[in-house]
Amino acid sequence: MNTALSWIKAYVPELECTDQEYCDAMTLTGTKVENFARLDKNLEKIVVGQIEKIEKHPDADKLIICQVNIGNEVIQIVTGAPNVKEGDKIPVVLDGGKVAGGHDGGPLPEDGIKIKAGKLRGIESNGMMCSIEELGSDRNMYPEAPELGIYIFPEDAPVGADAVEVLGMRDTVFEYEITSNRVDCYSVLGIAREAAATFRKPFVPPVIEVKENGEDVNDYVSVEVKDPDLCSRYCARVCTNIKIAPSPEWMQRRLRASGIRPINNLVDITNYVMEEYGQPMHAFDLDTVAGHKIIVRRAKDGDEFQTLDEQVRKLDKDMLMICDAEKEIGIAGIMGGENSKITDEVKTVLFEAATFNGPNIRKSAKRLGLRTDASGKFEKGLDPHNAQEAINRACQLIQELGCGEVVGGMVDVCQPMKDKARIKFEPQKINDLLGTEVSREDMLDIFKMLEIAYDESTNELIAPTYRQDLECRADIAEEVARFFGYDKIPTTLPTGEATAGKISYKLRIEQKARDIAEYCGFSQGMNYSFESPKVFDKLLLPADSPLRKTIVIANPLGEDFSIMRTISLNGMMTSLASNYNRRNKDVRLYELGNIYLPHQFPLTERPDERMQFTLGMYGEGDFYTMKGVIEEFFDAVGMKKKTVYDPNSGKPFLHPGRQADIVYDGETVGYLGEVHPVVCKNYDIAAKVYVAVLDMPLIVNKTTFDRKYEGIAKYPAVSRDISMVVPKNILAGQIEAMIEQRGGKILESYQLFDIYEGEQIKEGFKSVAYSITFRAKDRTLEEGDVSGAMKKILNGLEGLGIELRQ
Amino acid sequence: MKEKLEQIKAEALKQIESSDALDKLNEIRVNYLGKKGELTAVLKGMKDVAAEDRPKVGQMVNDTRQEIERVLEEAKVRMENVVLEARMKSETIDVTLPAKKNHVGHRHPNTIALEEVERIFVGMGYEVVEGPEVDTDYYNFEALNIPEDHPAKDEQDTFYINGDFLLRTQTSNTQVHEMEKGKLPIRMIAPGRVFRSDEVDATHSPSFHQIEGLVIDKHITFADLKGTLAEFARELFGEDTKVKFRPHHFNFTEPSAEMDVSCFKCGGKGCRFCKGSGWIEILGCGMVHPNVLTMSGINPEEYSGFAFGVGLERIALLKYEIDDMRLLYENDIRFLKQF
Repeated sequence: MNTALSWIKAYVPELECTDQEYCDAMTLTGTKVENFARLDKNLEKIVVGQIEKIEKHPDADKLIICQVNIGNEVIQIVTGAPNVKEGDKIPVVLDGGKVAGGHDGGPLPEDGIKIKAGKLRGIESNGMMCSIEELGSDRNMYPEAPELGIYIFPEDAPVGADAVEVLGMRDTVFEYEITSNRVDCYSVLGIAREAAATFRKPFVPPVIEVKENGEDVNDYVSVEVKDPDLCSRYCARVCTNIKIAPSPEWMQRRLRASGIRPINNLVDITNYVMEEYGQPMHAFDLDTVAGHKIIVRRAKDGDEFQTLDEQVRKLDKDMLMICDAEKEIGIAGIMGGENSKITDEVKTVLFEAATFNGPNIRKSAKRLGLRTDASGKFEKGLDPHNAQEAINRACQLIQELGCGEVVGGMVDVCQPMKDKARIKFEPQKINDLLGTEVSREDMLDIFKMLEIAYDESTNELIAPTYRQDLECRADIAEEVARFFGYDKIPTTLPTGEATAGKISYKLRIEQKARDIAEYCGFSQGMNYSFESPKVFDKLLLPADSPLRKTIVIANPLGEDFSIMRTISLNGMMTSLASNYNRRNKDVRLYELGNIYLPHQFPLTERPDERMQFTLGMYGEGDFYTMKGVIEEFFDAVGMKKKTVYDPNSGKPFLHPGRQADIVYDGETVGYLGEVHPVVCKNYDIAAKVYVAVLDMPLIVNKTTFDRKYEGIAKYPAVSRDISMVVPKNILAGQIEAMIEQRGGKILESYQLFDIYEGEQIKEGFKSVAYSITFRAKDRTLEEGDVSGAMKKILNGLEGLGIELRQ
Repeated sequence: MKEKLEQIKAEALKQIESSDALDKLNEIRVNYLGKKGELTAVLKGMKDVAAEDRPKVGQMVNDTRQEIERVLEEAKVRMENVVLEARMKSETIDVTLPAKKNHVGHRHPNTIALEEVERIFVGMGYEVVEGPEVDTDYYNFEALNIPEDHPAKDEQDTFYINGDFLLRTQTSNTQVHEMEKGKLPIRMIAPGRVFRSDEVDATHSPSFHQIEGLVIDKHITFADLKGTLAEFARELFGEDTKVKFRPHHFNFTEPSAEMDVSCFKCGGKGCRFCKGSGWIEILGCGMVHPNVLTMSGINPEEYSGFAFGVGLERIALLKYEIDDMRLLYENDIRFLKQF
């Protein structure tokens, strides 16, 4: 909402402050000023001049030499402007003055443009005549300005006067951010009321007096509201003998400052009242209203209607229409119809000021793709009292500005209005909530400024009808806080029962995951929770994969963001791919993010949100690097048991020979592997990619931060190396399982130290060597202990078809 | 005899003096002090010395021996030092050659910012909790005093799954979940992912993060809200940070406020960063609306509380001067490595 400060001051006549003071004070009481701009920025030494004489420039065809009377003297100005003639009154910037912009109307330079006396093609020029663009405005705001050339004042402009003042530019326009609860502040009067309270000055709203012509409005029009749920009030008045003309300069200035282009007196009055009262109005040419009857009713599905912008609109049964006895003549609260449009020939005008259902207007405007100034105001839900005041104000202006006569009376179809809100006045409880000690009297003073009445007999505060946001004590407390001053409320810290600060165990495990991933060289990425349903094909998941059963967003931003992910790999692969595409080398990423697994369709309970710890990398490192990260993490979160890697993981998106389920404590907690070459190709990655995914809900249950010191071994260890020829299909895991199973109590550890396939080894076999370490906690081992254990192990290994190498 | 010893000593010291290598010293040691050495030979000649003189002569031989040993040792240390010096000199390295780093990974700037916020509030006795990202209309809107027809509920702003379920648009749903647990007092922050139907651009993302804060107890005041958040701002942005509370409107708080902090780039003088105002908008907050308390089974006549919501990306973008929000979700390693 943009408004000239001069307009606010019209209703707060005693208001005196600088622009910055006004901005700061209003913002602190809740009417946030987003911006303010002086209209006369960079306009210096500009006066109204009158051209007395024009001569041709001797050396330039396109230049003329003007003698310009600027009040106290006549100066010579050379110009190339095509539109001036002798006798014209024009804005003149004098030597040493400034204008806001160039004549081309481009972006305004921050410091304006300085004008100096000089010579043009040898002829002295002591100033410059200005176009409206050079004065920082445009033809939208000053429609009378010529398309190219100098702005020409009306004949009555005083020569020598301040041209900026004459143009109404000695003013500042403030742009406000109004919060949605303060419907009343989407109006000049609403903001002025706040300004008056902020600066503790009297608020002087316009006095509405309508001089009527003695006729009766009921002889002109009747109104029937068929759908009162969408229209709680419909006020209609009639003005006759309409004479269309420009509106007065003061009205044009105020509209211009609000960003509204002046058109003519009738249009300007409706716009003016909309700004002033926040109440949109509509004017119909009564002669086009069939049967002189207004019917307010819903449209029918499939109806079409031509709005006054000449567009044909498709209607539906939830849109409210204004109709006459025969046809639809306007979409309620949004836009009038082409068929009842006001023309310059209008004789009798029907004014409408109504209160429509806000949400209905908002939704209708959205469906129509037609959000207008009017609908923007209606959608907030207006005060029905406002309709009557606004329509009377419009009629007053019609009469006062000589635009027409006002027919007596108002047709008013009104549903019963809500009672004014009454709220118990409890000053102590207000102070208790705010942490203040504002006196009862000071509170009552604030309420008085805000026109909140106090009923002493019931000790109740009564909210004015335009303050629909005041419902309970907390609302009243906010009013006290705003005008006592948010900045004056003390700053304290909560007292009361001490609470222990902590983060949940799940979050602690996630922190550990981040620590380990980063320690291992992985950087943290973040991906969206929604993705495209096409990802399943990219990941080679079969058509019947349960992962394809996803939660679907009903109104996504597009197909690419339409399903809630059930697998975290697409995000990881996409991130790796964008790095690969940008030629980043040796990339390692991890992500901690949810997947969303629905329990049923349609969704009737919250899905299972499962945190996934996903790692991915290309470049340096291989499968075993990734496996190392997993084991570092398990170690760090106290998962000390033997992790089993089951190659029968069956993940279609992983290399069939290079993948494993990660099994801990008998439960599959994740998987790792090299990404299937076809999947890599689908993501345009021409490198080997390794990934690992851990399902954190399963992991968290298996973790512990408990640690126990187990002592440092006192007795020496004994190591034995074994070298074996192993059938190729036997996995290291099987050999290790055998060593663990048969090593007995004294088995301390084992370590693979060589694995080899090649020439010296017979076909179908590989050479594998382990070093096995034994130790007893309570004694030095004897040869017999070790050889006994070794024998058992070797027997077991032989059972797997393994031969010992000599 | 005495002269003999003096002579041996003088000769030995001279030889030590003139030797330039450790093995030379060893040779000297053997020549004089060894089994067949000169001094040993003198000792062997003791039998020719008169019995009463023997202790005296023995003493003299010992003194001589010790003196030679001392000088030998000194010479040895001196020479070892020379050798060591020479070795170290030859071992000089170029300390400006590149470091061998362990290539530790980098944390996402959102997480770094979040951990700072968590540290501050945990220090003030808050518990860090989480709420569901897919939730019902009730928890995201209704229980937060957002009426059926509120514009925020429009499909333009909210991602819906069906009539009941949606992607939460704010972490405030966690307020309701926590209050419903019925455990008072509450001091919590709830970080998490939220979703709004915004197209991706430099300042918008359909998915971003918020940190919700909620305190419910007896006698909680607006002054407590101001004090707590002022403390938070100083911890996060520096000791000199000033805060400003402006009235605002949120459905689930009353009174409501927005908090600005003094621009940490220019200190409040006004710069491009703060668009000349000297202030930067940081968060929304307010006293929990009595309707919200009542709906979650808390008596607003007995308990009061405050709530606040901070945009995590907003903090990260401001603090680390990141000029495009899209960078946060591209996961380009060249970006991540800067944190």
